[in-house]
Amino acid sequence: MLVLLLAAFGMAFATLAPGVASAAEAGEQVRGTLQTSLSGPIEGVTVEVATPDGEIVDTVQTGEDGRWEVDLPGPGQYVVSVDPDDLPEGVEVNGEPSRTVTVDAGRAQPVNIGLNDGSRNDGGGTVRAVQLFVDGLRFGLLIAMAAVGLSLIYGTTGLTNFAHGELVTIGAIAAWYINVQGGVPLIPAALLAMVVGGVVGALNELIIWRPLRRRGTGLIAALVVSIGLSLALRYTYQIFYGGFSNPYADYQGQRARSYGLFTLQDRDIASIVIAVVVLVLVALMLQRTKIGKAMRAVSDNRDLAASSGIDVNRVVLFVWVLGGALAALGGVLLGLSDQVQWDMGFRLLLLMFAGVTLGGLGTAYGALLGSLIVGVFVQMSTLVIPNDMKYVGGLLLLIVILVIRPQGILGSRARIG
Amino acid sequence: MADLLNAFAIAGKAFFGFQAIFFALLAIGLNVHFGYTGLLNFGQIAFAMLGGFGIAISVSQWGLPFWVGVLVGVLAAVVLALLLGLPTLRLRADYLAIVTIATAEGLRLVFRSVSATPVTGGTRGLSAFNRDFVALAPWDTGRRYDLIGTTWSGSELWVVTIGWILVALCSLLVWALMRSPWGRVVKAIREDEDAVRSLGKNVYAYKMQALVLGGIFGAFGGMVYAIGTGSAIPDQYQNANTFLAYAALILGGAARVLGPVIGSMLLLFILQFADTGLRSLIANGVIPAELLSSTDVAQLRYVLVGIGLMLLLVFRPQGIFGDRREVMLDAR
Repeated sequence: MLVLLLAAFGMAFATLAPGVASAAEAGEQVRGTLQTSLSGPIEGVTVEVATPDGEIVDTVQTGEDGRWEVDLPGPGQYVVSVDPDDLPEGVEVNGEPSRTVTVDAGRAQPVNIGLNDGSRNDGGGTVRAVQLFVDGLRFGLLIAMAAVGLSLIYGTTGLTNFAHGELVTIGAIAAWYINVQGGVPLIPAALLAMVVGGVVGALNELIIWRPLRRRGTGLIAALVVSIGLSLALRYTYQIFYGGFSNPYADYQGQRARSYGLFTLQDRDIASIVIAVVVLVLVALMLQRTKIGKAMRAVSDNRDLAASSGIDVNRVVLFVWVLGGALAALGGVLLGLSDQVQWDMGFRLLLLMFAGVTLGGLGTAYGALLGSLIVGVFVQMSTLVIPNDMKYVGGLLLLIVILVIRPQGILGSRARIG
Repeated sequence: MADLLNAFAIAGKAFFGFQAIFFALLAIGLNVHFGYTGLLNFGQIAFAMLGGFGIAISVSQWGLPFWVGVLVGVLAAVVLALLLGLPTLRLRADYLAIVTIATAEGLRLVFRSVSATPVTGGTRGLSAFNRDFVALAPWDTGRRYDLIGTTWSGSELWVVTIGWILVALCSLLVWALMRSPWGRVVKAIREDEDAVRSLGKNVYAYKMQALVLGGIFGAFGGMVYAIGTGSAIPDQYQNANTFLAYAALILGGAARVLGPVIGSMLLLFILQFADTGLRSLIANGVIPAELLSSTDVAQLRYVLVGIGLMLLLVFRPQGIFGDRREVMLDAR
């Protein structure tokens, strides 16, 4: 799916610090980027901006990064057109090479001009189903990384944590600030973001959930509290980070490499490798280390674990730190492929729930397996349903699972009540 | 000071406005689900969306009369409730929660998708479907009316009048139902499902009936909202609204007939007051613009609701009027 990217995203962000909004910038603008996944950013394309009567406002060429912007004399309607002759061979404009846009006062209006690099028609020998399957695996691994924590938290404390998506977002946003604003390369930024995620997870447990457990708050009350927390955090992010979606500074505009039946960008390969390594490490930890065994024990039977000398609170705290860090890493990788947004975690949350339920609520390996299936299913479903409805497929899958096998693949019957 | 009075007047209008009716109807539905039956429906907004779009699609796309649109909306809500209930009502409470929230989000995505544009109008939604309804008003809808320091347009006043009558009727229905044998069974299900089952009652059927009934109230809410704004846009039906309705319900007191109504009025008043107050404080420079710009105020309301919801549940789960023993929060 990435390979047939139309590309050319309107970029309302570029240099602006989010949250400060565009009020700082006087005057109106149109801007955009010309790129495709195969060719990368396209340089030197002539972009012409004119009034509807044909009076030319300005003519510019796209820069090295494929970006262009034109300052306008005032708000109103403008016609933006691209010269198709400047495009590299094999790249075509989707539909008309011009767009009519309405620019409001004081706004930098993004203009999307969709480009087709031919990969849509299986040009590079890719098979669409295989391509979607690989993309689905990548996406499923991301979901799995975020969902392991969700499932472990459920297993050890019984809490259905609706605020888990916000741990994903905080990871992505923290890495964005460190990377773009702080100028730190993305890899150390991602590690720092994992630390942030772990700390936020620990704070969640220490400030909210441990005191609530001590008060004897019921699980349903706790669930509604987690929703309140999710709302509060999500919109706090929007206030501070803003409503835009922003890319990281590194690894942008990569060309997709062909691997026979499918193509992938290097960063996607990297995120698959990272996810697999991290998940194997988590599995090893659960299987071999003392704390991992303690986690599984608490998850299996809390009282029995406590009476055999396991410090349950310590284990739960560890689960939160682990879950927070993994969710944050998942957020960074998701931000790398889909850009960073204030509600990205919440949108992922529903797929995480689908994955966790499919695998069996409360089991770590079930979350892994279920998420992979959900990821592949969501991507493959675009073979039959439109792309903007692909999440709906995942949600439908969730409902179907509940009808057929409510305890999930690896869950035990006793858990569903 | 004048700003404060002004904020008070605007907030006072919100106290009675159609948004308060919208949340009151959503919350009455949730009260039947959560307050009385103990079902965790987190997708109430989906019922509202079907209600609103039931009218919008019937009238402006299919050219049907307004009242047929109302019927379509109600039917759509009933079907949704049946579809949601079938797989989940036999399972534990949190499964229904996950499925309903997923459905609400999924439906919104479907309604706003490009391929649904011929029917739902996509992200732009539909408008111009409430002419028949406004024409029924017994007064001139073109004029503006001043009532106790607030100004209303004629059509606004009409929507609000009918809306509050609807709220009153729904509350009356809930009150009557909860005094009936049906209501006692439903409340018993909330307290102990197994005990009710051992008395030979079909718990599944009762839960399903409650889900359908509450869903219909939600659909009415969506209709009032669609008529009040004069348009139906998928993104108006964000699932955060479900949680605003929950906040209203818990604030007023769950498992009380008037709890959701009072709760919604108070919630809207508080939100609008905070909103207008903060905006004027920012405009006057009391709050520096770097700290909080006036565009952020709209988001701040959700932050406040989120925090408020947490605090309420932790410190006063029964809300203003509720009885702690009657609020189903300590189950499993």
